[in-house]
Amino acid sequence: MKNKKRVQLTIDGMDVNVPEDYTILQAAKEVNIKIPTLCYLKDICEIGACRMCLVEVEGAKGWQASCVQKVAEGMVVRTHTPDILNFRKKNLELILSNHPAMCQSCNRGSTGCELKTLANNMDTEFANYAKNQEVITANQVLEVDEGISIYRDPNRCILCRRCISVCHNIQTVGAIDVINRGFNTVVGTTFNRPIDESKCVNCGQCINVCPTGALQEHQSLDEFWALMKTGKHLVVQTAPAVRAALGEEFDMPIGTDVTGKMVTALRMLGFHKVFDTDMAADLTIMEEGTELIHRIQNGGPLPLITSCSPGWIKFCEHFYHDMLENVSSCKSPHEMMGAMVKSYYAEKSGIDPADIAVISIMPCTAKKYEAQREELAATGYQDVDMVLTTRELARMIKAFGIDFPALPDGEFDNPLGISTGAATIFGATGGVMEAALRTVADVLTGQSSDSIDYTQVRGNEEGIKEVTLEIAGLTIKAAAAHGLGNARKLMERIKAGEHFDFIEVMACPGGCVNGGGQPQQPSSVRNWMNLAEERAKALYRSDQESFVRKSHKNPAVKELYKTYLGEPGSEKAHHLLHTHYIKR
Amino acid sequence: MGKTIKDIQAIKEATLQAFGNRIGNDDDRIYIMTCCGTGCTSSGSLKNRERLEELMERDGLQDKVHLVKTGCFGLCAEGPILVVYPGNVMYTNVQPDDINEIWEAHIKNGRVVERLTSENEQDFFSKQMRISLRNCGRIDPENIDEYIAYGGYEALAKVLTEMEPEDVIKLMKDSGLRGRGGGGFPTGVKWDFAAQQQKTEKYVVCNADEGDPGAFMDRSVLEGDPHSVIEAMAIAGYAIGASMGYVYVRAEYPIAVQRLSIAIQQAKEYGILGDNVMGTGFKFDMDIRLGAGAFVCGEETALLTSIEGNRGEPKLKPPFPAVEGLFGKPTIINNVETFSNIPQIILNGAEWFNGIGTEKSKGTKVFALGGKINNTGLVEVPMGTTLREIIYEIGGGIPNGKKFKAAQTGGPSGGCIPAEHLDTPIDYDSLLKLQSMMGSGGMIVMDEDTCMVDIAKFYLEFTVEESCGKCPPCRIGTKRMLEILTKITEGKGTLEDLDDLEYLATNIKRGALCGLGQTAPNPVISTLKYFRDEYEAHVVDKKCPAGVCVSMLRYKINEDLCKKCGICAKNCPAQCISGSKTEGYVIDNEKCLKCGVCMEKCPFKAIMKNA
Amino acid sequence: MCNCKEMEMKFEQLDQIIDKHKAERGALIPVLHEAQEVFGYLPYEVQERIADGLGLSMAKVYGVVTFYSQFSLKQKGRYKINVCMGTACYVKGANDILGKFLGRLKIQVGDCTPDGKFSLDSCRCIGACGLAPVVTINDEVYGRLTPEMVDQIMDEYERKE
Repeated sequence: MKNKKRVQLTIDGMDVNVPEDYTILQAAKEVNIKIPTLCYLKDICEIGACRMCLVEVEGAKGWQASCVQKVAEGMVVRTHTPDILNFRKKNLELILSNHPAMCQSCNRGSTGCELKTLANNMDTEFANYAKNQEVITANQVLEVDEGISIYRDPNRCILCRRCISVCHNIQTVGAIDVINRGFNTVVGTTFNRPIDESKCVNCGQCINVCPTGALQEHQSLDEFWALMKTGKHLVVQTAPAVRAALGEEFDMPIGTDVTGKMVTALRMLGFHKVFDTDMAADLTIMEEGTELIHRIQNGGPLPLITSCSPGWIKFCEHFYHDMLENVSSCKSPHEMMGAMVKSYYAEKSGIDPADIAVISIMPCTAKKYEAQREELAATGYQDVDMVLTTRELARMIKAFGIDFPALPDGEFDNPLGISTGAATIFGATGGVMEAALRTVADVLTGQSSDSIDYTQVRGNEEGIKEVTLEIAGLTIKAAAAHGLGNARKLMERIKAGEHFDFIEVMACPGGCVNGGGQPQQPSSVRNWMNLAEERAKALYRSDQESFVRKSHKNPAVKELYKTYLGEPGSEKAHHLLHTHYIKR
Repeated sequence: MGKTIKDIQAIKEATLQAFGNRIGNDDDRIYIMTCCGTGCTSSGSLKNRERLEELMERDGLQDKVHLVKTGCFGLCAEGPILVVYPGNVMYTNVQPDDINEIWEAHIKNGRVVERLTSENEQDFFSKQMRISLRNCGRIDPENIDEYIAYGGYEALAKVLTEMEPEDVIKLMKDSGLRGRGGGGFPTGVKWDFAAQQQKTEKYVVCNADEGDPGAFMDRSVLEGDPHSVIEAMAIAGYAIGASMGYVYVRAEYPIAVQRLSIAIQQAKEYGILGDNVMGTGFKFDMDIRLGAGAFVCGEETALLTSIEGNRGEPKLKPPFPAVEGLFGKPTIINNVETFSNIPQIILNGAEWFNGIGTEKSKGTKVFALGGKINNTGLVEVPMGTTLREIIYEIGGGIPNGKKFKAAQTGGPSGGCIPAEHLDTPIDYDSLLKLQSMMGSGGMIVMDEDTCMVDIAKFYLEFTVEESCGKCPPCRIGTKRMLEILTKITEGKGTLEDLDDLEYLATNIKRGALCGLGQTAPNPVISTLKYFRDEYEAHVVDKKCPAGVCVSMLRYKINEDLCKKCGICAKNCPAQCISGSKTEGYVIDNEKCLKCGVCMEKCPFKAIMKNA
Repeated sequence: MCNCKEMEMKFEQLDQIIDKHKAERGALIPVLHEAQEVFGYLPYEVQERIADGLGLSMAKVYGVVTFYSQFSLKQKGRYKINVCMGTACYVKGANDILGKFLGRLKIQVGDCTPDGKFSLDSCRCIGACGLAPVVTINDEVYGRLTPEMVDQIMDEYERKE
């Protein structure tokens, strides 16, 4: 890697020396030139379709797309000749001529719409075509598709195809594709049917890569304001990954842990109790760890596959339903929390569960779909009443006029707010597995092990991370996959006969920190940094600093089993904390 | 089973023997060659064949008279065509009712039916030089032996036994052959790129997705001489080190597809395709892939994506297909006409070929002549022949004494060449200079009744519909251009619109992703350049000089011719013709629907449009 | 109306087509061509079966189908009228010919009459430029047409079943 051949080239008269596998775009960055891009997203969409990044390369036939064109020795590049600037502006105006002028009311308009940013930077005349009203046959208005998790407005789409690429190549789902051709080209579903009728797993990765407001989560804020008015007892819980990214919405550095400010803000928003999904993550480890040990000791079925990621669950239900019995029956942590709130907490506080509303703040869009699954209603009421994304929470905070960065730290409420470092790292790929191993190792050996950091399963460089451990004379072969394409690869290996004992799958690349509900970072950020890794750092730091770092040592969890659930895997635990899956 | 080179030689001699007087041998058999290309089939040549078969049976002449089904002779305007040997007599416009006469007079009594011979035959063929089309109309394309008889597969045999791959490439480079599909890239250079790639898997692809409306030369070659393409593809395979070829054909060409399938099947049976080509140990196989109606698939990267089973969207170049093509492997793509030249180049040598044509464009070019021209059809002429020669000498000029206005070459990617450039020798470079391009060779002639703004709009409509939708300049830009053109043809245009058009055109040309988008503005650019006065007439005077643009039409009653009969007023669906049998009639053009019924119904031809 | 038996047979044929091409690279387009031969068009259920059979996503199959103009999402008529709009035909008045058909059939290009008898399409060059303007009805080719001839031809077809 380090001894890569370097080449010398000239960009806008400046000498540049870069590794030979650099693109012109990358090389230009070295001399502080940001060539505008629109469709390009590193490792995801590299098709040179939007034509914004065209540059002149001496001797080449026609202008070249700098996002994909590699550098070469002696190359002479010009990035902003008058002709090129003129073209870029015209090109952008053409795109704008087919884009609704609704920035004021578009969620993306105020938070980093890449199209709007470019239009501002390039001094385009938005109205250049609109002025010729009679010329433009009114652009056809396309139907908006409001799914349970995903909201699609094809009118705002600029056909950059990032969403398609992520859906097909990274997630291997293929719910959407390019439909029709020419001016009628759209990104859509088969036969233009609602996205909810497709095999979409609601992971929301398409939203994260969308440069405009064409793709968003299903907007639940109006429903939330309505819920507030009902006078119900509002219980909120927040997933581990939320705290690692929420600050970005308030211009705080990427990777800032804002747990305390978030809790304070939630109280200011009027929630009656602020619980931590981390606590339920510890609970998950108790249940899932027990399930794993049981399966290892009783002959399977193995591998046991984690069930925390609802995107992965729906993926499995669609594409690998013959492996559903391998999937842990544990509910995902926030569903466990919901069930505990409406049973244990309701009993303890003497509130009728009918009067309690559980709201989950999640980095995830798939959890919106998950929350309304009929089977997730242990107490006769839906375990979770509403799921809001990290972005929606930020919007609420902004709507309330709360100065988020200035807030003092608050503390989660007891008893469902106490958690361990093991739970915190649930938000990153490998985290669930590491947390499980910490507990399983202790349970199997019967002693408290000092080896806590399973660094082999951390990080997102590798799509599938494998580890073989010797614990108490048992050999445990485990693997963690993130991104559904990697999950698919792993499933195919298992189907081909390869043996694993324990598999962690997170639907989103990098895990929940990069979930479909997290703050959208524009390509100008994503192209130059590993977003998921920066956010994960905050979680691992928090784990490192935790007093308790193993789930089974969580005092609140211990208390819960002692006074309410009995043993992990008990009948009561099963009733409240486990579920089943549906072949689709 | 598989035939060796010797076996093929023996087949050649036996078949030639059997050709009898078709090749001038003294022989008492009679041959009737019937054109069964798409053009003649459409005008009823199959019925003629049936009739001939009946007569043969009736008179018991099956042994003496031989019916040969051939490909296109080229003179499509006068189809159905049949040729009788001995004598090589061409009959044109032959209807089933004419068959009896030909049968009784010529076949049975040796008397030529003068009434059915063509006056234009001489002019049409004399200036032509047929290399690509050499076998079209001469052989039965469904019989491999007939192809072999005229030297077919000798070039392949020569290449496999006497030449190294690099010799073949050198010969191709020396010949100066350039791609006939549009761009005119030197074929030998393309092959060389692919040959240099150190990969075991490579492909040869034949582009037969002839999408230019009005171009049908590739179809005719596949219908009339499919083996020449198979032979050339095998030669290309040997030269670059590929063992598999695909022909990508338009599904709209059922006859071509069928003949090519038969030819491939026959070549396989003869061991000319397969694991051991003609016993030489060389391996080459072929398959057909059908297009599905997308013009953009004529662009090479789009074509490859389509073969791979995807939407036929172009990809960025580089990487070029010769480096990274079909299924990611080095691939050469040439079109049908390019391939059909190759066996002849191998057999006759590079010098023979580069002795034909102009300095930078060697050999011949096939054009599909169409539109307002007398001899519609397929012609093959040496590069450098002038437009005037093609249109007036070979094509027989413009029908009905009308005036020539423009020749459109290169289809939706090309431009319109005006009368002042009729004497330009046609080759790749001269056409580019005229803001047009060779394209695949469609040549549509337009006369004074053609509105050039309307034609530009026609092509833009085509491109808007056929744009793949991947890049904004083409997807949105061509649409915006079309909107402006529509506005102009509706009489609502301004001079500023013309500037906008030009500005858009320039930027689309510069910035579109693929060849389709980059050339899409050409019809507008060239008409704006040569026929700006027509645009201005639409914009400033609100008039369409050719009387084509409906919303600018004005109907008027010529008082001198009008007999005040009132038929026009009675038939007008908009009731916008008022008057009386005494006073005469007037048309209210504000209410007029421009349907033309009045003009159609007037017994005295007194109604004029756009007078 | 129930022609379940017939449908079942068609789907069996489709399965055979899929099996035949399954191992090929780029099998989708050949399969779509053959499926359209069998069904006349490519409805949801057919595309679903093809997607499952070839291991492709439905959105991808639909994307391919909607890209190529030869693939149809609509049933065609018993008489498929195709007006050539190639350049040679266009300059010789194909637009008027098309207008005549539009007027007589009172349907849009790409549609089928309510009784399922006629469908009307336009195409880009069938290569019979010598006969321009040209129309095909099923396999029959009509050349050198004038609007008046369209009336005669349509009268003839309207008398047919």
